[in-house]
Amino acid sequence: MQKTPILSVQQMDMIFPDDNGGLHAVENISFEVCPQEFVCVVGPSGCGKSTLLRVLAGLLTPTQGKINFAGGTPRIGMVFQDSNLMPWRSVLKNITLPLELDGLDSAQAALKAQDLIDLVGLQSFEENLPRDLSGGMAHRVALARSLVHDPDILLLDEPFASLDALTRDRMGTELLRIWQARQKTVIMVTHSISEALFLADRVIVLTQRPGSLKLDMDVKLPRPRAEEMRYTSQFGEMAKKLKDAIE
Amino acid sequence: MDIHLVRKLKSSPRRATQFWTALLSLFLALAGWQLLIQFTDLPAFILPSPADVGTRFARALTDGSLLRHTSVTLGEVLLGLLTGSTLATVLGYLLAKSRLFEQLLAPYLVASQAVPVVAIAPLLVIWFGPGIFSKVLICALIVFFPVLVNTIVGVRAVPNALRDLMRSLRATRWQTLRYLEIPAALPVFLGGLRIGAALSVIGAVVGEFVGADRGLGFLINVGRGQYDTALVFVAIFALVALALVLYGVVAWLENYLLKWQAWRSQ
Repeated sequence: MQKTPILSVQQMDMIFPDDNGGLHAVENISFEVCPQEFVCVVGPSGCGKSTLLRVLAGLLTPTQGKINFAGGTPRIGMVFQDSNLMPWRSVLKNITLPLELDGLDSAQAALKAQDLIDLVGLQSFEENLPRDLSGGMAHRVALARSLVHDPDILLLDEPFASLDALTRDRMGTELLRIWQARQKTVIMVTHSISEALFLADRVIVLTQRPGSLKLDMDVKLPRPRAEEMRYTSQFGEMAKKLKDAIE
Repeated sequence: MDIHLVRKLKSSPRRATQFWTALLSLFLALAGWQLLIQFTDLPAFILPSPADVGTRFARALTDGSLLRHTSVTLGEVLLGLLTGSTLATVLGYLLAKSRLFEQLLAPYLVASQAVPVVAIAPLLVIWFGPGIFSKVLICALIVFFPVLVNTIVGVRAVPNALRDLMRSLRATRWQTLRYLEIPAALPVFLGGLRIGAALSVIGAVVGEFVGADRGLGFLINVGRGQYDTALVFVAIFALVALALVLYGVVAWLENYLLKWQAWRSQ
Protein backbone atom coordinates (compact mmCIF):
# COMPACT_ATOMS: atom_id res chain seq x y z
CA MET A 1 0.00 0.00 0.00
CA GLN A 2 1.24 3.46 -0.92
CA LYS A 3 2.24 5.57 2.10
CA THR A 4 0.77 9.07 2.51
CA PRO A 5 3.54 11.65 2.02
CA ILE A 6 4.63 13.58 5.10
CA LEU A 7 5.99 16.37 2.89
CA SER A 8 4.94 17.61 -0.49
CA VAL A 9 6.82 20.31 -2.44
CA GLN A 10 4.94 21.72 -5.40
CA GLN A 11 6.46 23.88 -8.15
CA MET A 12 8.73 25.68 -5.79
CA ASP A 13 10.76 28.67 -7.01
CA MET A 14 13.25 30.64 -4.98
CA ILE A 15 14.58 33.95 -6.26
CA PHE A 16 16.90 36.08 -4.11
CA PRO A 17 16.47 39.77 -4.87
CA ASP A 18 19.58 41.52 -6.17
CA ASP A 19 20.51 44.44 -8.47
CA ASN A 20 20.34 42.26 -11.59
CA GLY A 21 16.70 41.29 -11.43
CA GLY A 22 17.12 38.58 -8.80
CA LEU A 23 19.22 35.46 -8.38
CA HIS A 24 17.19 32.46 -9.42
CA ALA A 25 18.38 29.76 -7.02
CA VAL A 26 15.74 27.06 -7.37
CA GLU A 27 13.22 26.59 -10.18
CA ASN A 28 10.00 24.61 -10.38
CA ILE A 29 10.88 21.84 -7.96
CA SER A 30 8.23 19.29 -7.03
CA PHE A 31 8.66 16.11 -5.01
CA GLU A 32 7.17 14.20 -2.13
CA VAL A 33 8.70 12.48 0.86
CA CYS A 34 7.06 9.61 2.74
CA PRO A 35 7.29 9.02 6.48
CA GLN A 36 10.54 7.39 7.62
CA GLU A 37 12.05 7.84 4.19
CA PHE A 38 15.71 8.85 3.90
CA VAL A 39 16.12 11.22 0.95
CA CYS A 40 19.41 12.69 -0.18
CA VAL A 41 19.66 15.75 -2.40
CA VAL A 42 22.78 16.02 -4.56
CA GLY A 43 23.87 18.37 -7.31
CA PRO A 44 26.67 20.63 -8.50
CA SER A 45 27.96 23.37 -6.20
CA GLY A 46 25.64 26.37 -6.01
CA CYS A 47 22.65 24.52 -7.48
CA GLY A 48 20.38 25.49 -4.60
CA LYS A 49 20.52 22.32 -2.47
CA SER A 50 21.00 24.22 0.78
CA THR A 51 18.42 26.84 -0.30
CA LEU A 52 15.89 24.04 -0.78
CA LEU A 53 16.64 22.70 2.69
CA ARG A 54 16.40 26.17 4.26
CA VAL A 55 13.01 26.65 2.66
CA LEU A 56 11.86 23.31 4.09
CA ALA A 57 13.17 24.38 7.51
CA GLY A 58 11.15 27.58 7.33
CA LEU A 59 14.27 29.75 7.30
CA LEU A 60 13.37 31.10 3.84
CA THR A 61 10.01 31.79 2.24
CA PRO A 62 9.76 30.45 -1.31
CA THR A 63 9.06 32.99 -4.04
CA GLN A 64 6.52 30.64 -5.58
CA GLY A 65 5.08 27.21 -4.98
CA LYS A 66 3.75 25.30 -2.03
CA ILE A 67 5.32 23.34 0.78
CA ASN A 68 2.83 21.12 2.55
CA PHE A 69 3.56 19.10 5.64
CA ALA A 70 1.02 16.48 6.65
CA GLY A 71 -0.47 17.48 9.98
CA GLY A 72 0.39 21.21 9.82
CA THR A 73 3.57 22.87 11.07
CA PRO A 74 6.12 20.12 11.65
CA ARG A 75 8.72 19.87 14.38
CA ILE A 76 12.03 20.30 12.62
CA GLY A 77 15.37 18.90 13.63
CA MET A 78 18.20 20.46 11.68
CA VAL A 79 21.90 19.77 11.45
CA PHE A 80 23.97 22.42 9.71
CA GLN A 81 27.31 22.27 7.88
CA ASP A 82 29.03 23.42 11.04
CA SER A 83 27.95 21.82 14.25
CA ASN A 84 26.53 25.20 15.40
CA LEU A 85 26.88 24.45 19.08
CA MET A 86 26.50 27.27 21.57
CA PRO A 87 30.03 27.63 22.96
CA TRP A 88 28.78 28.77 26.38
CA ARG A 89 26.59 25.70 26.92
CA SER A 90 27.87 22.28 27.94
CA VAL A 91 27.27 19.23 25.75
CA LEU A 92 24.23 18.32 27.84
CA LYS A 93 22.83 21.87 27.79
CA ASN A 94 23.34 22.11 24.02
CA ILE A 95 21.33 18.95 23.57
CA THR A 96 18.55 20.03 25.92
CA LEU A 97 18.10 23.39 24.14
CA PRO A 98 15.12 22.33 21.96
CA LEU A 99 13.42 20.85 25.04
CA GLU A 100 13.99 24.04 27.06
CA LEU A 101 12.42 26.00 24.22
CA ASP A 102 9.45 23.62 24.44
CA GLY A 103 9.15 24.51 28.13
CA LEU A 104 10.23 21.13 29.53
CA ASP A 105 11.72 21.30 33.04
CA SER A 106 15.46 20.76 33.24
CA ALA A 107 15.33 17.39 35.04
CA GLN A 108 13.10 15.86 32.39
CA ALA A 109 15.09 17.51 29.63
CA ALA A 110 18.34 16.09 31.03
CA LEU A 111 16.79 12.63 31.21
CA LYS A 112 15.71 12.76 27.58
CA ALA A 113 19.05 14.20 26.51
CA GLN A 114 20.89 11.38 28.29
CA ASP A 115 19.20 8.86 25.99
CA LEU A 116 20.53 10.74 23.00
CA ILE A 117 23.98 11.09 24.55
CA ASP A 118 24.04 7.32 24.92
CA LEU A 119 22.81 6.90 21.36
CA VAL A 120 25.58 9.05 19.88
CA GLY A 121 28.20 7.58 22.22
CA LEU A 122 29.17 10.69 24.17
CA GLN A 123 28.79 9.30 27.69
CA SER A 124 31.01 11.11 30.24
CA PHE A 125 31.23 14.23 28.03
CA GLU A 126 27.96 15.70 29.34
CA GLU A 127 29.59 18.58 31.23
CA ASN A 128 32.28 19.34 28.68
CA LEU A 129 32.13 22.54 26.66
CA PRO A 130 32.14 22.44 22.84
CA ARG A 131 35.75 23.72 22.86
CA ASP A 132 36.81 20.39 24.39
CA LEU A 133 35.30 18.33 21.56
CA SER A 134 36.74 17.12 18.26
CA GLY A 135 34.90 17.96 15.02
CA GLY A 136 33.30 14.51 14.89
CA MET A 137 32.15 14.71 18.51
CA ALA A 138 30.70 18.18 17.97
CA HIS A 139 28.67 16.84 15.04
CA ARG A 140 27.40 13.99 17.20
CA VAL A 141 26.18 16.57 19.72
CA ALA A 142 24.48 18.49 16.89
CA LEU A 143 22.82 15.26 15.74
CA ALA A 144 21.66 14.46 19.27
CA ARG A 145 20.28 18.00 19.62
CA SER A 146 18.38 17.66 16.34
CA LEU A 147 16.71 14.45 17.55
CA VAL A 148 16.04 15.20 21.21
CA HIS A 149 12.65 16.86 20.72
CA ASP A 150 11.42 13.98 18.58
CA PRO A 151 11.11 15.97 15.33
CA ASP A 152 8.72 15.00 12.56
CA ILE A 153 11.42 15.56 10.00
CA LEU A 154 15.20 15.75 10.18
CA LEU A 155 16.99 18.12 7.79
CA LEU A 156 20.71 17.64 7.35
CA ASP A 157 22.67 20.27 5.42
CA GLU A 158 25.97 18.67 4.44
CA PRO A 159 26.42 17.79 8.09
CA PHE A 160 29.81 16.13 7.70
CA ALA A 161 31.28 18.41 5.03
CA SER A 162 33.82 19.92 7.41
CA LEU A 163 35.12 16.55 8.62
CA ASP A 164 38.03 14.54 7.26
CA ALA A 165 37.22 11.62 4.94
CA LEU A 166 37.70 8.92 7.57
CA THR A 167 35.57 10.63 10.23
CA ARG A 168 33.01 11.45 7.58
CA ASP A 169 32.56 7.77 6.61
CA ARG A 170 32.38 6.80 10.28
CA MET A 171 29.76 9.48 10.92
CA GLY A 172 27.79 8.21 7.91
CA THR A 173 27.65 4.75 9.44
CA GLU A 174 26.71 6.29 12.81
CA LEU A 175 23.93 8.29 11.18
CA LEU A 176 22.57 5.17 9.53
CA ARG A 177 22.56 3.36 12.88
CA ILE A 178 20.79 6.26 14.57
CA TRP A 179 18.28 6.58 11.74
CA GLN A 180 17.50 2.88 12.00
CA ALA A 181 17.04 3.22 15.75
CA ARG A 182 14.81 6.31 15.54
CA GLN A 183 13.11 5.78 12.16
CA LYS A 184 12.87 9.47 11.32
CA THR A 185 12.06 11.06 8.00
CA VAL A 186 15.35 12.50 6.79
CA ILE A 187 16.21 14.90 4.00
CA MET A 188 19.93 15.32 3.65
CA VAL A 189 21.90 17.58 1.35
CA THR A 190 25.31 16.29 0.37
CA HIS A 191 27.70 16.56 -2.51
CA SER A 192 29.08 13.11 -1.92
CA ILE A 193 27.49 10.57 -4.27
CA SER A 194 28.89 7.71 -2.23
CA GLU A 195 27.43 9.14 0.99
CA ALA A 196 24.04 9.66 -0.68
CA LEU A 197 23.88 6.11 -2.01
CA PHE A 198 25.09 4.57 1.22
CA LEU A 199 22.50 6.36 3.33
CA ALA A 200 19.41 7.08 1.26
CA ASP A 201 16.26 5.34 0.11
CA ARG A 202 16.01 7.91 -2.66
CA VAL A 203 18.42 10.36 -4.23
CA ILE A 204 17.24 13.59 -5.83
CA VAL A 205 19.62 15.23 -8.30
CA LEU A 206 19.37 18.94 -9.02
CA THR A 207 20.64 20.68 -12.18
CA GLN A 208 23.03 23.62 -12.30
CA ARG A 209 21.59 26.90 -10.99
CA PRO A 210 18.74 27.56 -11.08
CA GLY A 211 18.40 24.11 -9.54
CA SER A 212 15.56 22.07 -10.89
CA LEU A 213 14.83 18.40 -10.52
CA LYS A 214 16.93 16.31 -12.91
CA LEU A 215 16.66 12.83 -11.45
CA ASP A 216 14.71 11.18 -8.67
CA MET A 217 16.24 7.75 -8.18
CA ASP A 218 15.28 4.97 -5.77
CA VAL A 219 18.25 3.33 -4.10
CA LYS A 220 17.45 -0.36 -4.15
CA LEU A 221 20.19 -1.50 -1.82
CA PRO A 222 19.23 -3.84 1.02
CA ARG A 223 19.29 -2.67 4.64
CA PRO A 224 21.07 -2.79 6.98
CA ARG A 225 23.94 -1.48 4.92
CA ALA A 226 27.55 -2.24 5.68
CA GLU A 227 30.67 -0.35 4.60
CA GLU A 228 31.56 -3.15 2.15
CA MET A 229 28.45 -2.33 0.16
CA ARG A 230 30.24 0.75 -1.19
CA TYR A 231 32.49 -1.58 -3.19
CA THR A 232 29.80 -3.69 -4.91
CA SER A 233 29.07 -3.43 -8.65
CA GLN A 234 25.44 -2.43 -7.98
CA PHE A 235 26.67 0.49 -5.88
CA GLY A 236 29.16 1.43 -8.60
CA GLU A 237 26.49 1.39 -11.33
CA MET A 238 24.19 3.64 -9.32
CA ALA A 239 27.08 5.97 -8.51
CA LYS A 240 27.85 6.21 -12.25
CA LYS A 241 24.21 7.03 -13.03
CA LEU A 242 24.19 9.79 -10.40
CA LYS A 243 27.52 11.17 -11.55
CA ASP A 244 26.29 11.34 -15.16
CA ALA A 245 23.12 13.12 -14.00
CA ILE A 246 25.12 15.69 -12.03
CA GLU A 247 27.50 16.35 -14.93
CA MET B 1 43.86 13.85 35.10
CA ASP B 2 40.79 16.10 35.17
CA ILE B 3 41.15 18.82 32.55
CA HIS B 4 39.95 21.57 34.93
CA LEU B 5 42.44 20.52 37.62
CA VAL B 6 45.28 20.65 35.10
CA ARG B 7 44.22 24.18 34.11
CA LYS B 8 44.08 25.25 37.76
CA LEU B 9 47.53 23.87 38.53
CA LYS B 10 48.94 25.56 35.45
CA SER B 11 47.41 28.92 36.33
CA SER B 12 48.61 29.04 40.00
CA PRO B 13 52.30 29.86 39.35
CA ARG B 14 51.23 32.34 36.65
CA ARG B 15 49.04 34.19 39.17
CA ALA B 16 51.89 34.33 41.68
CA THR B 17 54.18 35.77 39.02
CA GLN B 18 51.55 38.38 38.11
CA PHE B 19 51.26 39.41 41.78
CA TRP B 20 55.01 39.79 42.28
CA THR B 21 55.38 41.68 39.00
CA ALA B 22 52.65 44.14 40.07
CA LEU B 23 54.31 44.59 43.48
CA LEU B 24 57.71 45.17 41.90
CA SER B 25 56.22 47.70 39.49
CA LEU B 26 54.64 49.61 42.43
CA PHE B 27 57.90 49.57 44.35
CA LEU B 28 59.83 50.90 41.33
CA ALA B 29 57.29 53.70 40.81
CA LEU B 30 57.54 54.79 44.46
CA ALA B 31 61.33 54.61 44.38
CA GLY B 32 61.39 56.71 41.16
CA TRP B 33 59.07 59.27 42.77
CA GLN B 34 61.26 59.51 45.88
CA LEU B 35 64.42 59.89 43.77
CA LEU B 36 62.76 62.68 41.78
CA ILE B 37 62.03 64.55 45.02
CA GLN B 38 65.61 64.14 46.22
CA PHE B 39 67.26 65.18 42.96
CA THR B 40 64.98 68.11 42.07
CA ASP B 41 64.44 69.39 45.60
CA LEU B 42 60.88 70.43 44.77
CA PRO B 43 58.82 71.92 47.64
CA ALA B 44 56.07 69.75 49.12
CA PHE B 45 53.25 71.99 47.83
CA ILE B 46 54.45 71.30 44.26
CA LEU B 47 55.34 67.64 44.62
CA PRO B 48 54.99 65.97 48.02
CA SER B 49 57.06 62.89 48.76
CA PRO B 50 55.47 59.43 49.05
CA ALA B 51 55.97 59.71 52.82
CA ASP B 52 54.08 63.06 52.92
CA VAL B 53 51.22 61.55 50.96
CA GLY B 54 51.22 58.50 53.25
CA THR B 55 50.99 60.71 56.33
CA ARG B 56 48.21 62.82 54.81
CA PHE B 57 46.39 59.64 53.81
CA ALA B 58 46.54 58.34 57.42
CA ARG B 59 45.21 61.68 58.70
CA ALA B 60 42.34 61.80 56.19
CA LEU B 61 41.52 58.23 57.07
CA THR B 62 41.49 58.75 60.83
CA ASP B 63 39.44 61.96 60.73
CA GLY B 64 36.90 60.16 58.53
CA SER B 65 37.00 62.73 55.71
CA LEU B 66 38.47 60.34 53.15
CA LEU B 67 35.83 57.65 53.71
CA ARG B 68 33.03 60.24 53.78
CA HIS B 69 34.02 61.82 50.47
CA THR B 70 34.87 58.48 48.87
CA SER B 71 31.47 57.05 49.76
CA VAL B 72 29.77 60.09 48.20
CA THR B 73 31.70 59.68 44.96
CA LEU B 74 31.18 55.91 45.01
CA GLY B 75 27.43 56.40 45.38
CA GLU B 76 27.34 58.80 42.42
CA VAL B 77 29.50 56.46 40.35
CA LEU B 78 27.40 53.37 41.09
CA LEU B 79 24.11 55.14 40.41
CA GLY B 80 25.52 56.72 37.24
CA LEU B 81 26.93 53.41 36.07
CA LEU B 82 23.64 51.64 36.70
CA THR B 83 21.55 54.33 35.01
CA GLY B 84 23.89 54.85 32.05
CA SER B 85 24.49 51.19 31.34
CA THR B 86 20.81 50.23 31.71
CA LEU B 87 19.68 52.94 29.29
CA ALA B 88 22.54 52.15 26.90
CA THR B 89 21.76 48.43 26.93
CA VAL B 90 18.07 48.88 26.19
CA LEU B 91 18.66 51.53 23.52
CA GLY B 92 21.64 49.61 22.09
CA TYR B 93 19.52 46.50 21.68
CA LEU B 94 16.77 48.45 19.92
CA LEU B 95 19.30 50.15 17.64
CA ALA B 96 20.94 46.82 16.84
CA LYS B 97 17.59 45.31 15.88
CA SER B 98 16.20 48.21 13.85
CA ARG B 99 18.09 49.99 11.07
CA LEU B 100 15.35 52.62 10.90
CA PHE B 101 15.67 53.33 14.59
CA GLU B 102 19.44 53.56 14.19
CA GLN B 103 19.17 55.96 11.24
CA LEU B 104 16.80 58.16 13.24
CA LEU B 105 18.88 58.30 16.41
CA ALA B 106 22.50 57.79 15.32
CA PRO B 107 23.15 61.44 14.30
CA TYR B 108 22.04 62.68 17.73
CA LEU B 109 24.05 60.04 19.54
CA VAL B 110 27.21 60.83 17.59
CA ALA B 111 26.62 64.59 18.06
CA SER B 112 26.21 64.05 21.80
CA GLN B 113 29.67 62.49 21.85
CA ALA B 114 31.21 65.36 19.92
CA VAL B 115 30.55 67.67 22.90
CA PRO B 116 32.89 66.93 25.80
CA VAL B 117 31.15 66.14 29.07
CA VAL B 118 33.27 68.85 30.72
CA ALA B 119 31.53 71.40 28.50
CA ILE B 120 27.98 70.33 29.33
CA ALA B 121 28.58 69.54 33.00
CA PRO B 122 28.09 73.20 34.12
CA LEU B 123 24.82 73.30 32.18
CA LEU B 124 23.57 70.16 33.95
CA VAL B 125 24.55 71.58 37.33
CA ILE B 126 22.66 74.80 36.50
CA TRP B 127 19.60 72.85 35.40
CA PHE B 128 19.53 70.17 38.06
CA GLY B 129 21.36 71.79 40.94
CA PRO B 130 24.60 70.87 42.69
CA GLY B 131 23.11 67.77 44.37
CA ILE B 132 23.64 64.12 43.56
CA PHE B 133 21.25 64.08 40.59
CA SER B 134 23.44 66.19 38.30
CA LYS B 135 26.52 64.07 39.18
CA VAL B 136 24.66 60.84 38.47
CA LEU B 137 23.49 62.30 35.17
CA ILE B 138 27.01 63.34 34.11
CA CYS B 139 28.29 59.94 35.16
CA ALA B 140 25.51 58.18 33.21
CA LEU B 141 26.29 60.29 30.13
CA ILE B 142 29.92 59.28 30.14
CA VAL B 143 29.10 55.59 30.70
CA PHE B 144 26.35 55.57 28.09
CA PHE B 145 28.30 55.63 24.84
CA PRO B 146 30.82 52.79 25.28
CA VAL B 147 28.09 50.52 26.64
CA LEU B 148 25.72 51.52 23.83
CA VAL B 149 28.28 50.91 21.08
CA ASN B 150 29.34 47.58 22.53
CA THR B 151 25.75 46.45 22.96
CA ILE B 152 25.05 47.22 19.29
CA VAL B 153 28.24 45.48 18.15
CA GLY B 154 27.60 42.50 20.46
CA VAL B 155 24.02 41.95 19.33
CA ARG B 156 24.90 42.40 15.65
CA ALA B 157 27.81 39.97 15.97
CA VAL B 158 25.57 37.10 17.08
CA PRO B 159 26.39 34.39 14.52
CA ASN B 160 23.73 34.03 11.84
CA ALA B 161 24.18 30.29 11.97
CA LEU B 162 22.98 30.26 15.58
CA ARG B 163 20.09 32.56 14.66
CA ASP B 164 19.14 30.01 11.99
CA LEU B 165 19.28 27.27 14.60
CA MET B 166 16.88 29.18 16.86
CA ARG B 167 14.55 29.87 13.96
CA SER B 168 14.57 26.22 12.89
CA LEU B 169 13.54 25.38 16.46
CA ARG B 170 10.71 27.94 16.20
CA ALA B 171 12.10 29.97 19.11
CA THR B 172 10.14 33.08 20.08
CA ARG B 173 11.79 36.53 20.15
CA TRP B 174 12.04 36.35 23.91
CA GLN B 175 13.63 32.88 23.77
CA THR B 176 16.10 34.07 21.14
CA LEU B 177 17.01 36.99 23.39
CA ARG B 178 17.40 34.82 26.47
CA TYR B 179 19.07 31.73 25.04
CA LEU B 180 21.11 33.26 22.23
CA GLU B 181 21.48 37.03 22.06
CA ILE B 182 22.29 37.74 25.71
CA PRO B 183 24.95 35.05 26.14
CA ALA B 184 26.42 35.60 22.66
CA ALA B 185 26.62 39.39 23.06
CA LEU B 186 27.87 39.21 26.64
CA PRO B 187 31.65 39.21 25.89
CA VAL B 188 31.46 42.42 23.84
CA PHE B 189 28.89 43.99 26.17
CA LEU B 190 31.04 43.36 29.24
CA GLY B 191 34.02 44.86 27.41
CA GLY B 192 31.98 48.07 27.06
CA LEU B 193 30.88 47.91 30.68
CA ARG B 194 34.50 47.57 31.77
CA ILE B 195 35.40 50.78 29.90
CA GLY B 196 32.24 52.43 31.24
CA ALA B 197 33.10 51.44 34.81
CA ALA B 198 36.51 53.11 34.59
CA LEU B 199 35.05 56.19 32.86
CA SER B 200 32.22 56.57 35.36
CA VAL B 201 34.71 57.82 37.95
CA ILE B 202 35.71 60.61 35.58
CA GLY B 203 32.03 61.57 35.23
CA ALA B 204 31.50 61.88 38.95
CA VAL B 205 34.66 63.93 39.45
CA VAL B 206 33.82 66.29 36.58
CA GLY B 207 30.43 66.90 38.21
CA GLU B 208 32.02 67.50 41.60
CA PHE B 209 34.56 69.91 40.11
CA VAL B 210 31.78 72.03 38.62
CA GLY B 211 29.76 72.35 41.77
CA ALA B 212 29.70 70.23 44.90
CA ASP B 213 30.29 70.37 48.62
CA ARG B 214 31.32 66.77 49.03
CA GLY B 215 33.02 63.95 47.09
CA LEU B 216 36.57 63.27 45.98
CA GLY B 217 36.39 65.95 43.26
CA PHE B 218 35.44 68.44 45.96
CA LEU B 219 38.33 67.16 48.12
CA ILE B 220 40.75 67.79 45.24
CA ASN B 221 39.38 71.34 44.92
CA VAL B 222 39.86 71.90 48.66
CA GLY B 223 43.41 70.52 48.61
CA ARG B 224 44.30 72.71 45.62
CA GLY B 225 42.81 75.82 47.26
CA GLN B 226 44.76 75.23 50.48
CA TYR B 227 48.03 74.24 48.75
CA ASP B 228 47.57 70.88 50.47
CA THR B 229 49.00 69.00 47.47
CA ALA B 230 49.41 65.83 49.51
CA LEU B 231 45.61 65.82 49.99
CA VAL B 232 45.17 66.22 46.23
CA PHE B 233 47.36 63.13 45.79
CA VAL B 234 45.38 61.24 48.42
CA ALA B 235 42.12 62.06 46.62
CA ILE B 236 43.62 61.12 43.25
CA PHE B 237 44.82 57.79 44.61
CA ALA B 238 41.38 57.18 46.09
CA LEU B 239 39.89 57.84 42.65
CA VAL B 240 42.37 55.49 41.04
CA ALA B 241 41.51 52.85 43.64
CA LEU B 242 37.79 53.35 42.96
CA ALA B 243 38.29 52.99 39.20
CA LEU B 244 40.49 49.91 39.71
CA VAL B 245 37.97 48.27 42.03
CA LEU B 246 35.10 48.92 39.61
CA TYR B 247 37.19 47.69 36.70
CA GLY B 248 38.19 44.64 38.74
CA VAL B 249 34.58 43.84 39.65
CA VAL B 250 33.57 43.89 35.99
CA ALA B 251 36.68 41.89 35.03
CA TRP B 252 35.77 39.32 37.72
CA LEU B 253 32.22 39.23 36.37
CA GLU B 254 33.63 38.63 32.91
CA ASN B 255 35.80 35.79 34.13
CA TYR B 256 32.86 34.27 35.99
CA LEU B 257 30.27 34.62 33.24
CA LEU B 258 32.58 33.89 30.32
CA LYS B 259 34.37 30.86 31.70
CA TRP B 260 33.51 29.09 28.45
CA GLN B 261 35.94 31.26 26.48
CA ALA B 262 38.94 29.03 25.91
CA TRP B 263 41.60 31.72 26.42
CA ARG B 264 40.35 32.52 29.93
CA SER B 265 41.37 29.12 31.20
CA GLN B 266 44.72 28.97 29.43
